[in-house]
Amino acid sequence: MSAPGQPKQPNRLAQAGLVDRSRPLSFRFDGAHYSGFAGDTLASALLAAGVRLVGRSFKYHRPRGVLTAGSEEPNALVELRGGARREPNTRATVAELYEGLDARSQNRWPSLALDVGAINSLFAPIFVAGFYYKTFMWPAALWEKLYEPAIRRAAGLGRASREPDPDSYEKAHAFCDVLIIGAGPAGLAAGLAAARSAARVILCDEDFLLGGRLNSERHEIDGRSGSAWTREVEAELRAHPEVRILRRTTVFGVYDGGMSGTHTFAALERVSDHLSIPPQHQPRQRVWRIIAKRSVLASGAVERPIVFGGNDRPGVMMASAVRSYVNRFGVIPGRRAALFTTSDDGWKTALDLAAAGVPLAAVIDARSVVLPQLIDAVKRSDTRVFCGAQVVDAHGSRALERITVEDGGRRSQIQIDALAVSGGWNPNVALCTHLGGRPRWSDAIAAFVPGDVPRGMSVVGAAAGSFSLAAALREGAAAGAEAARATGFATVDVPEPRVTDELTAVQPFWCVSGTRSKAFVDFQHDVTREDVALAAREGFRSVELLKRYTTLGMATDQGKTSSINGHAIMAALTERTIPELGTTTSRPPYTPVAIAALAGNHRGTHFKPTRLTSGHAWAQERGATFMEAGDWLRAQWFAAPGETDWLKIVTREVKAVRSSVGVCDVSTLGKIDIQGPDAAALLDRVYINLFSTLPIGKVRYGLMLREDGLVLDDGTSAHLAANHYLMSTTTANAAKVMRHLEHARQVLWPELDVQMISVTEQWAQYAIAGPNSRRLLERLLGSALDVSNAAFPYLGCAQFSWRGVPARLFRISFSGELAYELAIPARYGDAAIRAIMSAGEEFGITPYGIEALGAMRIEKGHVTGNELNGTTTAADLGMGRMMSTKKDFIGRVLAQRPGLVDANRPVLVGIRPTDRSVRLYAGAHFLTLGSEVSLENDQGYVTSAAFSPMLGHWIGLGLLVRGRERLGERIRTHSPTRGGDTEVEVSASVFFDPEGARLHS
Amino acid sequence: MRIQCPFCGERDLSEFAYLGDAAFQRPDPDAPDAEAKFVDAVYVRNNPAGPHDELWYHAAGCRSWLRVTRNTRTHEILAVAFPTPPGHS
Repeated sequence: MSAPGQPKQPNRLAQAGLVDRSRPLSFRFDGAHYSGFAGDTLASALLAAGVRLVGRSFKYHRPRGVLTAGSEEPNALVELRGGARREPNTRATVAELYEGLDARSQNRWPSLALDVGAINSLFAPIFVAGFYYKTFMWPAALWEKLYEPAIRRAAGLGRASREPDPDSYEKAHAFCDVLIIGAGPAGLAAGLAAARSAARVILCDEDFLLGGRLNSERHEIDGRSGSAWTREVEAELRAHPEVRILRRTTVFGVYDGGMSGTHTFAALERVSDHLSIPPQHQPRQRVWRIIAKRSVLASGAVERPIVFGGNDRPGVMMASAVRSYVNRFGVIPGRRAALFTTSDDGWKTALDLAAAGVPLAAVIDARSVVLPQLIDAVKRSDTRVFCGAQVVDAHGSRALERITVEDGGRRSQIQIDALAVSGGWNPNVALCTHLGGRPRWSDAIAAFVPGDVPRGMSVVGAAAGSFSLAAALREGAAAGAEAARATGFATVDVPEPRVTDELTAVQPFWCVSGTRSKAFVDFQHDVTREDVALAAREGFRSVELLKRYTTLGMATDQGKTSSINGHAIMAALTERTIPELGTTTSRPPYTPVAIAALAGNHRGTHFKPTRLTSGHAWAQERGATFMEAGDWLRAQWFAAPGETDWLKIVTREVKAVRSSVGVCDVSTLGKIDIQGPDAAALLDRVYINLFSTLPIGKVRYGLMLREDGLVLDDGTSAHLAANHYLMSTTTANAAKVMRHLEHARQVLWPELDVQMISVTEQWAQYAIAGPNSRRLLERLLGSALDVSNAAFPYLGCAQFSWRGVPARLFRISFSGELAYELAIPARYGDAAIRAIMSAGEEFGITPYGIEALGAMRIEKGHVTGNELNGTTTAADLGMGRMMSTKKDFIGRVLAQRPGLVDANRPVLVGIRPTDRSVRLYAGAHFLTLGSEVSLENDQGYVTSAAFSPMLGHWIGLGLLVRGRERLGERIRTHSPTRGGDTEVEVSASVFFDPEGARLHS
Repeated sequence: MRIQCPFCGERDLSEFAYLGDAAFQRPDPDAPDAEAKFVDAVYVRNNPAGPHDELWYHAAGCRSWLRVTRNTRTHEILAVAFPTPPGHS
């Protein structure tokens, strides 16, 4: 029935199906050209074209075809698209056909039909469960180099593209009263009932058509076909303003909710997967986070295979999938078919195949007693019916050619090319179990049904084990109405639709005995009945051990068609019942989700926010090299034209600061504005030293402890005005200190009348340091502020107006020089740094980065994050005497614990290499000279190291056991990774200007 | 997970930072056994399976510290209130 000029579709029926025959689509598979129709999946189009072999299996490279018509497909995995968009392990059964689709089979070489790897099948007796563990135990060194790469080449699935993904992905939030998962008959009925109450409804379905099984069965509802009824319901739902329908959207996880039954659901919407390239400005996929007050799970059920010899041959297909291909896609599975069933439901396939004109050679029902009306319905044709019989083997080289049927001890051969199999249905209970609920075994349907479900969720229809259409519609409507009422909406009664009765009886039958060929349990991981039996013999008998030993259920399909069969076989072998054996826990995601979708737009430079100071553009112009400091970018150094050696640049910058003047952007330091009558009281309680004695117009350095007595952070606080302080924190701890202060104010001492706010981003701040800094400021500020030593001494601070802009000046110094920090509102930050530079021109002002700042602070023995590392006390850092005895403060009591005042604690010292030409490394450990390298001999470690431009050699800070008593002692630093052993001399931690004369000049 | 902030309304978990047990009360630092009391308060925690009062900080919101009663088995949020220190109920 192909259009002229299109490749033939030999297995396409003349009329049936929901595909759009006016829109033929051409596509390629393994390079060959084929044709299908809009509304096809890749699987249905391949079957229509007569392609039955679509891939090779994971371990044995067995030929495989299409088993199912849904997202549970274990076999028909292909590589879709090419180049940077190449996408491995795509299920052909859910890949929507589009014009120009290009797919390739996987796991074969040199070609799908002739696959060298299939030789693995000859060695099948040794490729059993646990084979790799047993065979490659020794020598272990060869595992990574030899065995694993070899195995990975031989066994494996598709190949991912190694290029960056050219498409975009996004995340979205949605809120609703009622979320309905699945738009089959139960979900549609629930949607209708909830929508008519005016509740906010979201209806999700993984398919591109709503309707679920209604599209695949010849059901009638109120005298219309199931698909016609679906279109009517869909039209009504679309007309409700509070209803959102998400097609091509899989709800893949249920997450913690919050209050009163609300839960958060994660869903993947395949926005553009059905197109060759996403339209402009559209993402490829979108991850939804749906917050729903109530949910209705109408996820249907998965038909399960029966385990018999050769049950993986292309041409063996689930009975329900056969009905899907015939009724929905108008595609016949073969020219001569048979049915192997253990349920009434399977017989529908026999009738549908007959209606489609496919000769039905045989129906084999494993049950001895079958309802006569079923047999009568098919007996009219020349079909052989076997009751209480089994298909023991399916034969064929690349596809099914015949089956062996065993009936009361007699075996007969039947020539067919398609076998429909129905082993009963497993409700899709995965989403009920994501929050820890356990499913419950039902003898009535021989399957697990929802046990304890999350609060606020109801499970309806086939997902609840109610397999008739009437029950699905009834339960769906009731649950939709109940969910709407529970969220405060009034519902109207909807008359129950009239549908035909169905037979749904099933008798458990898992596995055929009496076959010597391979009988597959898990198709995707090539786990056979024999592997399960081996696990039982070797004692791996619990479902969790069975899973890990045989890899049953661990493939990308997560055992949707295999787990229960494997468990049933294990139960029978170990003489237990299935409920006694239990089942494994299912976790999100329900179907595979690309990492790109989970990342959304958080990739590349958007992985996290980048914070830029207002002087960033200026620094870029000056040739700054930037480094990350938390989310901030800070200038590391400023290379002059022709400079390439970073150490030379840093040395130049330090020397310029110490000899004239330099400027450094320090805007990233945390700034917290604290106001209120009790502001000083709060500072007294969070700092170890007194702040209530600090006069207005002065700044003080302070150290904060955690309540356990260890140092939290350090910084300065300025007393700007009455009841008004400005605290500075380290860049890294700005948010942590803010939280700490809020905790103190809101939780510990709510009686304090004090308020605070972070103003880190509101102010740009520049450190102007060096002997010429005062002269620069005189020139820069003019009459705006008197900066003479008398008017503005060390540790002074002032608020003033400069060129009509509010400004603040602090006389503080991290470099150890005469230094100031000038703060102005951030929007003037760029203008201010340019003004500073031009005012400093006559002094040869040098911009410096944080490497120069770091070198200067190490020369001065100032501590930073390397020393305030969460393990040090105030005393360790030489600031024990700062701890006030006149007041209580956070951490005071526990700072006195024996462990924290132990004289043997490592304390802050300086070190310099005995051989002055040697480099020091932070992280190296201290050892006495001549001692063995061992943990027992460890004496502490180097926290910071830098080349000192002023001393002309490397210096370091470190934490050394009893360090203060060891000044002048020679010890060594040891680093097994960098620098090896280096002899060093212990010194005071201040290397440069120990008297601090430069600060006060 | 969603938390009902008394200021901001129901908000996503990602806006909040967790501290821990809300039962923490700062002992009297001048008591003769202050050190033992502090060790107990800082380090010794109940870890109940079920409802648990804990402190959460609405970091990406109003910056309120909240006393949240959470069922540690199900993550259901049973109650949210501002922390009420002793003597301020």
